[in-house]
Amino acid sequence: MTFFRPSFRHPDLQPNAAGFHRRDYEGGISTLCAGCGHDSICNAIIDACFELALPPHRIAKLSGIGCSSKTPAYFLGRSHGFNSVHGRMPSIATGANMANRDLIYLGVSGDGDTASIGMGQFVHAARRNLNMTYIVMNNGCYGLTKGQFSATADKGSRSKQGNVNLLESIDLCELAIQLGAGFVARSFSGDKAQLVPLIKAGLSHHGLSFIDVISPCVTFNNNPESTKSYHWVREHSEATGTFDFVPFRQTITADYADDTVQEVELHDGSVIYLHKHPDGPDITDRRQAIDNLEDHKAQGVIITGVLYLNPDSRDTHDILNTSKRPLNSLTEADLCPGAAPLEAVNAAHR
Amino acid sequence: MKPTDTENPEYFHRVIDCQYACPAHTAVPEYIRLISEKRYTDAYMLNWVSNVFPGVLGRVCDRPCEPACRRGRVEEEPVAICRLKRLCADNRDLQVTRRFPRIPREKNGKKIALIGAGPASLTVARDLMPLGYTVDLYDEQEKGGGFMRSQLPSFRLPETVLATEVNYILDMGVTTHFNHRVESMRAMLDKGYDAIFVGTGAPRGRDLSDLPGRREADAWIHIGIDWLAGVIFGHISGIGKRVLVLGGGNTAMDCCRTARRLGGEDVRVVVRSPREEMKASVWEIEEALQEDIPIIDNHVPLAFVVEHGKLAGVQFERVRAEYDDQGRRQLLSTGEEPVFLPCDEVILAVGQLNAFPWIEPDTGIAFNTKGLPVLDPLTLQSSLPQVFFGGDAAFGPRNIITAVAHGHEAAISIDLFCNNRPLDERPAPQVNLAGQQMGVHDWLYDNRVTDTRRQAVPMVAKAKTLKDRLLEVELGFDREVGHDEALRCLNCDVQTVFHAELCIECDACADACPVSCINFVENGPEEDLRSRLKAPAANLSQALYVSVPLGTGKVMVKDENVCLHCSICAERCPTAAWEMQKFFYQSARAGQP
Repeated sequence: MTFFRPSFRHPDLQPNAAGFHRRDYEGGISTLCAGCGHDSICNAIIDACFELALPPHRIAKLSGIGCSSKTPAYFLGRSHGFNSVHGRMPSIATGANMANRDLIYLGVSGDGDTASIGMGQFVHAARRNLNMTYIVMNNGCYGLTKGQFSATADKGSRSKQGNVNLLESIDLCELAIQLGAGFVARSFSGDKAQLVPLIKAGLSHHGLSFIDVISPCVTFNNNPESTKSYHWVREHSEATGTFDFVPFRQTITADYADDTVQEVELHDGSVIYLHKHPDGPDITDRRQAIDNLEDHKAQGVIITGVLYLNPDSRDTHDILNTSKRPLNSLTEADLCPGAAPLEAVNAAHR
Repeated sequence: MKPTDTENPEYFHRVIDCQYACPAHTAVPEYIRLISEKRYTDAYMLNWVSNVFPGVLGRVCDRPCEPACRRGRVEEEPVAICRLKRLCADNRDLQVTRRFPRIPREKNGKKIALIGAGPASLTVARDLMPLGYTVDLYDEQEKGGGFMRSQLPSFRLPETVLATEVNYILDMGVTTHFNHRVESMRAMLDKGYDAIFVGTGAPRGRDLSDLPGRREADAWIHIGIDWLAGVIFGHISGIGKRVLVLGGGNTAMDCCRTARRLGGEDVRVVVRSPREEMKASVWEIEEALQEDIPIIDNHVPLAFVVEHGKLAGVQFERVRAEYDDQGRRQLLSTGEEPVFLPCDEVILAVGQLNAFPWIEPDTGIAFNTKGLPVLDPLTLQSSLPQVFFGGDAAFGPRNIITAVAHGHEAAISIDLFCNNRPLDERPAPQVNLAGQQMGVHDWLYDNRVTDTRRQAVPMVAKAKTLKDRLLEVELGFDREVGHDEALRCLNCDVQTVFHAELCIECDACADACPVSCINFVENGPEEDLRSRLKAPAANLSQALYVSVPLGTGKVMVKDENVCLHCSICAERCPTAAWEMQKFFYQSARAGQP
């Protein structure tokens, strides 16, 4: 019986810049169905955090309810975790972020958790441009309740039983761009070469980094006529262009004189070099980004990669001008400075 | 890279590192699994079929399997394979002989002579007797066993253990001619045997006859293998208090430890090469050190010094090893003053030589410049078609398990030769692949990878064992400790078989593999592929398992190096593209089709 993972790892694997090994970012063994796309996303998260050398104890992972939302058990076993109520991950993340702005927030949700029960929560997190990475593991169906279509299932997609989805689908990326998220991307669980750098860029971005990851449900939604199957996505996807993510600690050796390379510097000094098609859209332009999404949708093509990036992204704390020190570290003396400062404030209003 | 051909049995055989490294290709993981199931007699039989002397080899084997063991690369120490072999021998049902092959009453009319009663000859007898051959065995000793009897000290190999396993073979009806030294090959050829097998070992210990003082000090200088035989046969019962053993092989280790038991108080081993290059097995060096025997390396003997008509000591030159760009070693003098080590007696264990003074030059058996017979390396046939060689007599000194492997090959050759069939049409190994899955998480084998470290083998107290040279030092594992040790085996014979046509490239196996050995990448030349895998694939002795191109054009590449055979890839695969299959491989035996 294999309900635990052997403790041995490849002996030649090296630690990262912070001295951690990849195993320090692992979690328990997965209990999802074999072949679930979510497992690949978990591993992409592990790889991204390992490669960025983030100290595991500086990360808080949050989730709601669903197959996707149980995945925090399978990665970052040494990080803080909060498995919240169905659809309420953004509220919990907002509260945590308000109390301690110094942690790195990683929210994990599913298409049901975000696009149905949690829709009201998701849109407001996007509006506030909450400083977190928000990953949706999007399989277009409710895997826990035997695979009914979810709100992100494409119109016309056919289920394993042969039913056709008659309703319009919600494009979470388009919504996020519209509502002010600073970094919006789409990827595919079966393409780690793209997904890992995307998550790294998302974690480095200041503001809401929304990543919609198409993640096939092998048990209920991996039939060839489903638009969320491994086969369909591989046949019908197109990347916005390859890109290089250069973390700020690294010396930038790349020098792109070419005008097909768009350079976007992130808040922390990291740089994204996007190698785009010569007539491709400017991803820092919200309108072009939305047009780009709609254009591809009309052609029946799933566009992946960085869809939108706001280089001047301001997060909730910036917008609300909150204390630079995390609220949870403020003492009574900081919060109640006493009669004299109060007198001064009052005097200023006389 | 081209897709891996798993139809070739040698591919999966190579994955079973221990079995592949064993000259006789004993099915190690299978017998270890039998031990973990407390099926000691079954484990013994599996060993007996392939290596003939499980009780002996479980004590004194050179263990080529252990340095090869995958566990040694994953963790620190390999599985104690050799000691587990002894465990099954110690716990076997004594009625095991009932399982031995029946010897046909009606003989096939072919007569074979075996010269020398060591492991190679005995293996030939074991393989040919069940086929109806009449076998005559010649040896100068009074019992069978060859150098296992004359040179292995009883504190490592008790005589009864050896005698029992030798008798298993002799009791098959071998006609023995003991106390019979064969003096002439011509006379043997004239006896009309259908085939003759020479397994006379490497009987001559190398001497240092050119060193000054050698002749004057002769009374205090002994040749290692002759001295060991003298001790074992009771001709020698004591030695001086200060003994120098020259040489760095296993014979030197046996000599120094025997000397400690015969009254040697200050016993020292002196070796020419650096310590790391000594030929002796690591564990034998350790056991010598535990018996307070220092090892002095980088010392080349210059002269035996005789004072007042008696050996006073040996003079040595200090050297250091230098290597040229081809890796060839040269020992260069450090230029320091020679070192004088005082001693009462010296034992020379500086190598063994082959000697065939009894084979007349006109018999048609050709020898090369090193004095070794000219042989076909596979069939072991000499230039005289009906004469075959094996063991140390074939290619110079090796070890018991190699001699056994030679015995098997020679038996196949002799059987083919006696049936007038070409010697290169050899029987194929027996192989079998058997699925292991019972349920989603249920396997026919114990797939759990334990964290248990290598178990130490209990030993008799040093004070006690040094007083009695017949007392076996190692006590062997008891059943409980042996069980824990057996579970350390990674079941490398349970193969990960990949069915590319079923794979949907979901990455689940690559994500779940605890040792990062599975990859889905663009194909390329091997060197390039090795550089692009998730984990470094620098161990070139370990194969890459490459699939045919998959749907996306990528290939699956698995580095076999540190695979735990834990079955997680197969459990996490949604389409059963990974399958765990037990690969059973048994080398061919004489008489098989």
